[in-house]
Formats: sequence, structure tokens, C-alpha cells
Amino acid sequence: MLNKKGLKKSKGSMVFDCINTLFMLFLILITFYPLYYVLMCSLSESNALIGSRGIMLLPKGFSLASYKAVFSNPNILTGYRTTLLVVVLGTALSVILTSIGAFLITRKNFALGKPMAYMMTFTMFFSGGMIPTYLLVYKYLHMGDTFWALILPTAISTYNLLIMKANFQALPDSIEEAAKIDGANDIMILFRIVLPLSMPIIAVMILFYGVTYWNSWFNAMLYMRTKSKFPLQLILREILLINDTSSMSAGGNGASDTYLIGESIKYASIVVATLPILCVYPFIQRYFVKGVMIGAVKG
Amino acid sequence: MKKRFENKAKTRRTEIAAQHNAGGAEARLSPQRRFVREISRNRYLYLLAIPILAFYIVFMYVPMFGVVIAFKDYNIAGGILSSPLVGLKYFKEFFTGIYFTRILKNTFIISFLDILWGFPLPIIFAILLNEVRIKWFKKTIQTVTYLPHFISMVVICGMITDFFSTNGVVTRLIAKLGGQNMNYLSSPEWFRSIFVGTNVWQTFGWNSIIYLAALTGVDSQLYEAAAIDGAGRLRQTWHVTLPGILPTIMIMLILRLGQVLSVGYEKIILLYSPATYDVADVISSYVYRMGLQGARYSYSAAVGLFQSVINVIMLVVANRLSAKFSESSLF
Repeated sequence: MLNKKGLKKSKGSMVFDCINTLFMLFLILITFYPLYYVLMCSLSESNALIGSRGIMLLPKGFSLASYKAVFSNPNILTGYRTTLLVVVLGTALSVILTSIGAFLITRKNFALGKPMAYMMTFTMFFSGGMIPTYLLVYKYLHMGDTFWALILPTAISTYNLLIMKANFQALPDSIEEAAKIDGANDIMILFRIVLPLSMPIIAVMILFYGVTYWNSWFNAMLYMRTKSKFPLQLILREILLINDTSSMSAGGNGASDTYLIGESIKYASIVVATLPILCVYPFIQRYFVKGVMIGAVKG
Repeated sequence: MKKRFENKAKTRRTEIAAQHNAGGAEARLSPQRRFVREISRNRYLYLLAIPILAFYIVFMYVPMFGVVIAFKDYNIAGGILSSPLVGLKYFKEFFTGIYFTRILKNTFIISFLDILWGFPLPIIFAILLNEVRIKWFKKTIQTVTYLPHFISMVVICGMITDFFSTNGVVTRLIAKLGGQNMNYLSSPEWFRSIFVGTNVWQTFGWNSIIYLAALTGVDSQLYEAAAIDGAGRLRQTWHVTLPGILPTIMIMLILRLGQVLSVGYEKIILLYSPATYDVADVISSYVYRMGLQGARYSYSAAVGLFQSVINVIMLVVANRLSAKFSESSLF
């Protein structure tokens, strides 16, 4: 066996490769199987799940009843709507603000640039904490139970902003200078030159923020009071962790039925809430990696 | 139109030229004139800065000052400013209360276990992954192991609760291997292990990215030189790879130590129950329970402030130590 450099591989090296491959297969198995298991459970018949929930390779029986129940649940539907709205508007706002922030702190000849950079970095290490923030948003800004409470308090992630800053710094100054000489002002430079040249990192930011908004629930738990305004993750929390599937079995025959459907409803709602991310994930994964690496190498 | 543009360009050109050769002249201007010039030259930047400054001031710095309620007797009617000052009353109450030792102990134990397992594993994983030569296999491993990072905490915790419950899939596995069939998550002996173990499961893949990036930066000539000197793969790893990524490891460790008191509270809040408060209750979950469920704002703000201050101290100390021993530091 020869490797690239034409050197002969030693026996020890080959043994290592074998063990390493097996180890990696094991890692794939333990990361992937739990997710696969949930999918299989969601497709199973509920009564089959009660007795035996051991290791499963295929669904036990086959039934889409739990999905029907999930999609006829008004809370899931309004949750989906709220989450989609938060993801779209929140991501747009966040990406714009983050780009502007990163643009500002990379300007030379801008007196506020450095102070702003310090001001931002400081917030990564110290914060007022949960209670003052809650009081501010809820009691003083009166954003409780409004859509804005889900977006505004976390609109800029300083970590993301610094990743973006590193990326902007890598752009050659000469392009901007040329644009300035041609009469472009700073806003034009940002939107017509810097941003179009930074599309890969913008893609990364859209994905970072998008996933964060999709998955966020804590702010919603703090600030939202009306169930019809809850985002999906908060509804999911009630179903999965507080065991409240009552709203889904309306029309079922008594308590035992409620329980039966309840079990597989849990799995189906996990699938429904996670599948959108898992579907886009493989395509965007390389961008994520790139984003982290940019932050790692230059940040 | 075109002419106007050209004119504008011309003035701009002279402006820039002036900036270039008038560095000395600028310094001679009076402070007021310099201020006016700075504002007018960067007027668009100042315009863009308004929303950014507004965000940071309102949502980051106002809460920092809002922390004064920890020294006051906050009541909703009076508001933050007119509530009476009580000094260190709430800090004293916290430090002498029965929960102080419990939550501090839990926070440190869980954090320590999390660093013990969660910190080295991504490094080992990255090094081993780097040894995988088959491209598509490497890609597949990455795709799969990064996956848990993107799944929401609520879903992960829902899965954990289900898997470790009586008759759950993991419980059944344990039972098959001779253990008990019970609800492991609500048993105080098991809670921390489950918490830390699942944390590692969630993060080892994603956290390895940064080390993989560092690994690509290690000079391949060093490996060749080591191979010529007769070093096998293990010794190459020890003498070339590890020193090569040591700065990255140190930086990550500093950052991690700066978070030592911030145990992932979202996960704790989702997973713990009164049965496991004894081993699971950490500072942030306590702040949440006291402040938001019990409406004891001043008291919980004091506890939260204590946590932030310790975190900053830990960060600074870790940074100092690292600067001293490994020459890598954050600031």
C-alpha cells in the first residue's frame, strides 16, 4: 500500500487507520441514530410504541395519524407562522444591522470607529444579566407579548459582527479609494461595493441568524403571554416537556386514547419542527464551516 | 447629470488629495473646527451609526446600569430610579442563605465536568478526523457530527427526556445491560452525567471546526521533517500537531474559563425538576426561578451580578495565566 508521497505505510499505521475508521463510524452512529429513531417513532402506530420502545430500525406498523394530529393542532400552525415571520424579518434586520456595525468599525478616519469596537467587544464579556434586561424590555419598553420582543433584544450578535468585521478587513482598500475618487459616499460604498464583495459571509450570516431565530425559545418564554403568539419552539416545549398534548386530541375517545396519540405526537412534532433545518442543512453546511473558520483564523 | 457627477468627483478628488498632504495642517486646526470637519466628512457614517449605537445602548448598556436594582429595593410602583437604596442587603441575603452553597457547588461541579469532557474531546476528534484520508468519508463524518448543533435546545431536551424516561430507548438499553428500568433524568445520581454527556454529544462536532481550521495551518514540512527523523504518526501528532494548535487550544480554554459560571441555563431549565434541584440548580436557573417566577427582582439581579463579576474575574485570570505560560492571550 502506497500513500501519496510514495512512502510505504507501516503496519502500525494501517492498524491505526482501521481503528480510526471504526471509531468514526461509531461516532456517526451515535450522532445520527437518535434522530433516525425519532423519525421512525413518529411513523409508527401509537399503540405499538407503548409496549416496546427498544432499538428500532423500521417503524413499528406504519401510520401517519400523529402527523395528522400535529397539523390539525391550531397552536402548531400559529407557532409555525410566528416562527417563520421571526426568522424572515429577524434575519433581515440582524444581517443589515450586523453589516452596518462591522462596516463602521472597520472605517479608518472615522473617529467613532475604535470606541464603538470597544463598546461592542465589552458586551461579550459583561452584561447586565437576565433580570435587568427583562425589566427593561417588559416593564419599560412595554414590548411584552409583542412580536418585537422576539427580535429586537437579540438583533445583533457581537460574535457574528466580529466575524463580519474580520471579513471586511480582508477586502483591499484600493477598491474603496477608487470608488471614493469617483464620488461615492460611505453609504454607497457599503451597499454597492463592500456588501456585494462579501456575499459568502452574508450567506453565512443569514444562516447563522436564521437558525438562531428558528431555534430560539427563551426570549419568547420571558416575554410572550398569549398562546396564539407563541413561536413554534415554545409550543414544542409544552408538548415535549410539560406533556401538554391535550389540545391535539380533541375528538379522541377518553383519556387512554389521549395518552396513546400523545406519545407519537411528541415524535411527530419534533420531526415537523426540525425537518426544515435538516433539509437545508447539508447544502449550507460548508458555508457554516467557512464562517466559523473565518472567525477562527482572523478573529 | 453626468457633468454634475464629474464635478462632484472632482471636489472629492481635491478633498482626498487635501487629506493626504494636509495631515499636519489638520492637527493645527482648533478642536471645534476639527470636530465640525470630522462630522461633515463622515456624515454618512454617523447616520449609519445611529441604529447601531441605539441597539447597543438600549439593549446592552442600559441593562448594565439597570443592575443598580441589585442595591435597591425594587418595586414596580416606584420604578428603578425612585426605589430606596438598600446597599448590600440582597448580597448578604444571598451569601448567607441556604441556597448559596448549593447552587455554587452545582455550578462548579457541572462546569468542571463539562470542561473535563467537553473541552478535550473536540480536540481529539479533530486530530483523528484529520487523519482520515478519504475525502467523501471525512465530509460525511463532518456533516453528521455537526448536525446536533443545529437542532433546537427544546427538541434536544425533549429527546433526552423521552430517551431517559422509564421505558425510554436509552433506559431500555441500560436495563438490557443489567441496570434498572427507571426514570434516570429525575434521579439525582444521574442528572449531572446525563447533562454533561448529552452536552458533549451536542457540541463535540461543531467545536472541532475551530481546531480543524488550526490543523490546516500547521506547516506540512514539519511533518515531513519529523517523518524523515523517524517519527511515527503518534509521535508526529505529539511533537508537531499539538504544538501547532496549542495557541488555538489556549485561546479556546481562556474563553471557556470566562464562562465557567454560565452553565447552559436553557438546558438546565428545560431538564431539571424539583426532584433534581439539589444537584441541578445552578446560578442562572436560580436567578430565573427567583426573578421571573418569584418576581424577586432585586434579589435575583444581585445573584446575577455576582455571576457576571465572577465570570469577568475568571476570564482575566485565565488570560493572565495563559499570557504567562503559553504566550497566547486575548488582550
